[in-house]
Amino acid sequence: MLNKIGMLSGLVALLLAGNALAAGSDVELEPANNDVDNIASLQRGARNFMNYCSGCHSAQYVRYKTIAQDLELSEDQVVNYLMFNAEKTFETIQVNMPPESAKRWFGQIPPDLSLIARSKGTDYLYNFLRGFYLDPESPTGVDNLFLAGTSMPHVLWELQGFRDAVFERQAGEDGATTSTFQGFEPVTAGILSEEDFDGFVRDTVNFLEYISEPIRSDRRVIGTWVLMFLIFFYIVASMLKKQIWKDVS
Amino acid sequence: MARIESEIGTPKGGLLKWIDDRFPLTSTLKEHVTEYYAAKNFNVWYVFGVLAMVVLVIQLVTGIFLTMNYKPDANEAFASVEYIMRDVEWGWLIRYMHSTGASFFFIVVYLHMFRAMLYGSYKKPRELIWIIGMLIFFVLMAEAFAGYLLPWGQMSYWGAQVIISLFGAIPFVGDALVEIIRGDYSISDITLNRFFALHVIALPLALVALVFVHIVALHHVGSNNPDGIEIKENKDENGVPKDGVAFHPYHTSKDLVAIIVFLMIFSFVVFFAPEMGGYFLEHANFEPANTMATPEHIAPVWYFTPYYAILRAVPSKLWGAILMAAAVLLPLFLPWLDRSRVRSIRYRGWIYRTALALFVVSFLMLGYLGVQPAEPLYVLLARIGTVIYFAFFLLMPYYTSIDKTKPVPDRVVYHAE
Repeated sequence: MLNKIGMLSGLVALLLAGNALAAGSDVELEPANNDVDNIASLQRGARNFMNYCSGCHSAQYVRYKTIAQDLELSEDQVVNYLMFNAEKTFETIQVNMPPESAKRWFGQIPPDLSLIARSKGTDYLYNFLRGFYLDPESPTGVDNLFLAGTSMPHVLWELQGFRDAVFERQAGEDGATTSTFQGFEPVTAGILSEEDFDGFVRDTVNFLEYISEPIRSDRRVIGTWVLMFLIFFYIVASMLKKQIWKDVS
Repeated sequence: MARIESEIGTPKGGLLKWIDDRFPLTSTLKEHVTEYYAAKNFNVWYVFGVLAMVVLVIQLVTGIFLTMNYKPDANEAFASVEYIMRDVEWGWLIRYMHSTGASFFFIVVYLHMFRAMLYGSYKKPRELIWIIGMLIFFVLMAEAFAGYLLPWGQMSYWGAQVIISLFGAIPFVGDALVEIIRGDYSISDITLNRFFALHVIALPLALVALVFVHIVALHHVGSNNPDGIEIKENKDENGVPKDGVAFHPYHTSKDLVAIIVFLMIFSFVVFFAPEMGGYFLEHANFEPANTMATPEHIAPVWYFTPYYAILRAVPSKLWGAILMAAAVLLPLFLPWLDRSRVRSIRYRGWIYRTALALFVVSFLMLGYLGVQPAEPLYVLLARIGTVIYFAFFLLMPYYTSIDKTKPVPDRVVYHAE
């Protein structure tokens, strides 16, 4: 029994250790603290995504129909409020922008977002969307603290406002200058307060996590039943084993 | 000790007799199931063989259903996996079972191999069982490697790139060999197609055939036990080993409990942590393969990392590849490297116990280092781990022959519950 417990705790330790996700910056990521089981947040996230992201980014594996079912929306609601360029609800979220134009405008085709939360992690996305600052040298006028040289413009500028990033530059011992991020300074105000903007981004990231694996909530419910069945089966099998082995001395 | 009379043990005519006249059904079942005697003192280390069979079946069955929806085409592979995950009924479960099963296959097989090292199961007369088992391990590694390319994600592509390029280190024939493996000048649709063929037909056939032979050999010489005693040397008047109990129903009822405990852990991962923090499903593999951009940090899946760490510990690519291959192959020779008079660690001296403990530590450390970036401290540790790993095998003939052993009892140690 001790061996079994040891094995199980080893697995749990492996699980908790986790692999740190790649981020292109030394600045520590703030946790997204989103909750994929929060339907209201997912509904707001879907609205944000369709209004602010889907103009340039596709989610080519995600069907409107699935969103309707999982987010407790009627198909009419999805058709009227979320479907801007599709005919039928079984279609996936495509983008109208021709790829050649996208390449000309942004230098690259904006990535599909179906799986972005699984490849980059929700914390990274939460920080990235809040990490834009003014940079006159950039073609889009902004750069990002978490993805330097990003070709994505500050799409949410209206909501967040524009900000400057303050860096402290120091001459290192080897002569190279290192710059450390000190903080953001607001330049123009946005429509939303900082708190509301964080909530807006959190909802959006929550939706991105949901579309990266729509089955996530269901699998945990099913898994609970599976484990309950196995516990019951374990008790019966143990009794059977004891019965069979009782004459072995 | 009472034995449960088996219905099939006494043919009474009818269909069973009809079959038995044409096929040795009853006698085969007797020989391998109801009258195959294995020691009654098996402990928890003895469940991993049967668990490996369970995982093999899980992989074969889920693999068949995945093949029904997967497209081995560089332009469609990634999307077809997402189609399975999202649109195929229960496809997500089948896929997670298969991806989790791959990792669990290695967990179970590593523990199964470690059991053999604990109790000297590879020693005479079980050398062939060990060698066949090692062949199973090699085929399993090839199977896992081929399978990992199929989702056609970033890590599939670049991981395969790194591993296949190792063959290029072989002098003279290296470059040609790499081209033969890839079937192209770079990893491409052609590579994906041949890896698919290997993964779903060639290697599984080899795997199943080898597992069959492994069990035939095992049943011919009989199972070892935690005391490393030949139970066949102590038989009762019916020719039944006094320390043995029949595989069915005794060991099967015990194995059933083990299988359920295994399924609990397996289900926990499948339903609650299928990515296992990025170790079972790597994050970068959720991005489709991009031939123009390497991921920030290429690490093989965890089950290859001990060997990968050895590869990186050596400054020369050729010697790194040679050492890595040697590390994989060396355990094959265990039956002849081990000169100890006793099998089980229970009756071995402190030298072998210490050596085995150091080996386990070095193997786990190398496994950890294999997923870390190659920083100076890590490379140093990997070199230390590599030296310990090789010393364990290469010095074994010496330290096992001078190690003081304890007297082995005539009968197995068993305490009824």
